[in-house]
Amino acid sequence: MNQLFGFVKKEFTHIFRDPRTMVILFGIPIIQLMLFGYVITTEIKDARIAFLDHSNDNVTREIKNKLLSSGYFRLDANLIQESEIDPIFKKGDVKQVVVFERNFAQKLEREGKADIQVIADASDPNTAQMLYNYTNAIVQDYTKKKYAGFTIPVQIKSEVRMLYNENMVGAFMYVPGTMALILMLISAMMTSITIAREKEMGTMEILLVSPLKAYQIVLGKVAPYLILSIIDACIVVFLGNTVFGVPIRGSLFVLAFLVILYITMALSLGILISAVANSQQVAMFISGFALMLPTMLLSGFIFPIKNMPEVLQILSNFMPPRWFIDAIKQVMLKGNGLEYIWPNVLILSAMTTLFLVLSIRKFKLRLE
Amino acid sequence: MAQNTKLTDSNHCQLSIVNCQLRAPIIEVKNLVKKFGRFVADDHLTFDVYPGEIFGFLGANGAGKTTAIRMICGLLEPTSGELKVAGFDGYHEREKIKRNIGYMSQKFSLYEDLTVYENIRLYAGIYGISRKVRLEKTDELLKKLNLEDSRDKLVGGLPLGWKQKLAFSLAVFHSPKVVFLDEPSGGVDPLTRRTFWDLIYEVAHQGITIFVTTHYMDEAEYCDRVAIMSEGKIVALDTPAALKSEFQADSMDGVFLKIARNKE
Repeated sequence: MNQLFGFVKKEFTHIFRDPRTMVILFGIPIIQLMLFGYVITTEIKDARIAFLDHSNDNVTREIKNKLLSSGYFRLDANLIQESEIDPIFKKGDVKQVVVFERNFAQKLEREGKADIQVIADASDPNTAQMLYNYTNAIVQDYTKKKYAGFTIPVQIKSEVRMLYNENMVGAFMYVPGTMALILMLISAMMTSITIAREKEMGTMEILLVSPLKAYQIVLGKVAPYLILSIIDACIVVFLGNTVFGVPIRGSLFVLAFLVILYITMALSLGILISAVANSQQVAMFISGFALMLPTMLLSGFIFPIKNMPEVLQILSNFMPPRWFIDAIKQVMLKGNGLEYIWPNVLILSAMTTLFLVLSIRKFKLRLE
Repeated sequence: MAQNTKLTDSNHCQLSIVNCQLRAPIIEVKNLVKKFGRFVADDHLTFDVYPGEIFGFLGANGAGKTTAIRMICGLLEPTSGELKVAGFDGYHEREKIKRNIGYMSQKFSLYEDLTVYENIRLYAGIYGISRKVRLEKTDELLKKLNLEDSRDKLVGGLPLGWKQKLAFSLAVFHSPKVVFLDEPSGGVDPLTRRTFWDLIYEVAHQGITIFVTTHYMDEAEYCDRVAIMSEGKIVALDTPAALKSEFQADSMDGVFLKIARNKE
């Protein structure tokens, strides 16, 4: 036990003595959170839109009013014919044109369905998607209220996510994602690098020849990062809550449990990587490409999983951050407890066990 | 000076061999084989090393030295053959072997971002040395190495020769029965190497067995006995003096060259 204590102490000395490590540990989480929270905002206010209303009846007028009074859209122009659509997009100010078909109200009453065409400037796909979603929601809301009891006449898909983030506050989506990213960065990347460094410097040999057991070496390397990762998770949750107003509706205990489970998973991934990588560069490369990119791209952090091609959707099932992000969103935003997130917990636990077993086996093999 | 050291060398040789062979061997190796897949890294090695001896392990890179030393240190399990270190079995008692040996690798393997004292504290901790003993030995060690002023300096800033001595002193800090030095003089100039060997002799006189691999022939001359490896086999094993007369060479360099030529 004393052996281990001295070893952990030494690991902390490494960390506190290296300014770069300190920046990665405490600078990056804060900067990233601020970046995702403020700069890469996906909130839309006063987006310019145009209408092409072939019908101009009381229903279309009501829908237009609804859209314009939502605060998201500002009227740029009322178009008269289709040929005007293209030029108005080319000018670049207008982000979306909403087209109502002829005899809109009549069709709606007679056939129970009428078509709205939404044309968006997809040169900025995220904004386009977002505007489309807003429009959807507003139109649906309108039809639901007006034709309660009818089958919903305007056929547009709706986004479930908006239910719990009515104002579509970007930070609500980015805080859980940033947490997944940062914990992955610190736990997996930093541990794999620090173990690879021991190999590179030749100090690993000394440790292996010493009476320290393999598990003690691994534990000694990993324990400091476990502690620091937990501190980082606290920082992210705290800043998310105070600066961006991201609520914590669920139990803190469940949240802490999820975070520790996820960190354990990331740490074992880090050990696994370090068992394969013999230099810091290789470790950084593997964790950068194999961990960070999928965490950013395939976990639903930035791009909604529903919008992905099917192959990537299937692939995203194998990304641990996907399950973590989903679970903490449920806990933080919806206030759900274990009774809702148990499948996520189960999947994450299974992944953790798998990585842990693999990494210990790989690490032992490397001793040979 | 040069003559002086030469004298001590040969004195030490004779003395220790007489002393050594009377006692039971500290390392017993019999028909030791290590295979990696179909590649035979070590092919039926047989030799004994006696307590207090300085045993040299020579050979070109890839001759199987490192594999052998790793097996004897308990880092690798042998494929077949017998191996005993400090009375413990090389297959089943590797943990006990680890407690009784010290090890210094080619890279000196100190933590460069820790101070001299922090490195000492870490090693002492790993080997379970009590605080009291550690503090006593630390002062003694720093004095001996003239590192008193550098106690709280980062190891990364020390000259190579100092790092080498510190790494060696740490490898024997817990008073092991055997210390393994895997090419301990890489990148160090001959003069520094000479003063380093003074340190090795001092430790050997305390009764710690030295097992050293090297490809520097001047270092080979400093050993009590030398085993020369080539392509996984031990091709010669004796005192440097006996080897020189057997191969009619006036230096270990000559011995090595003749062995290499015989191979062809």
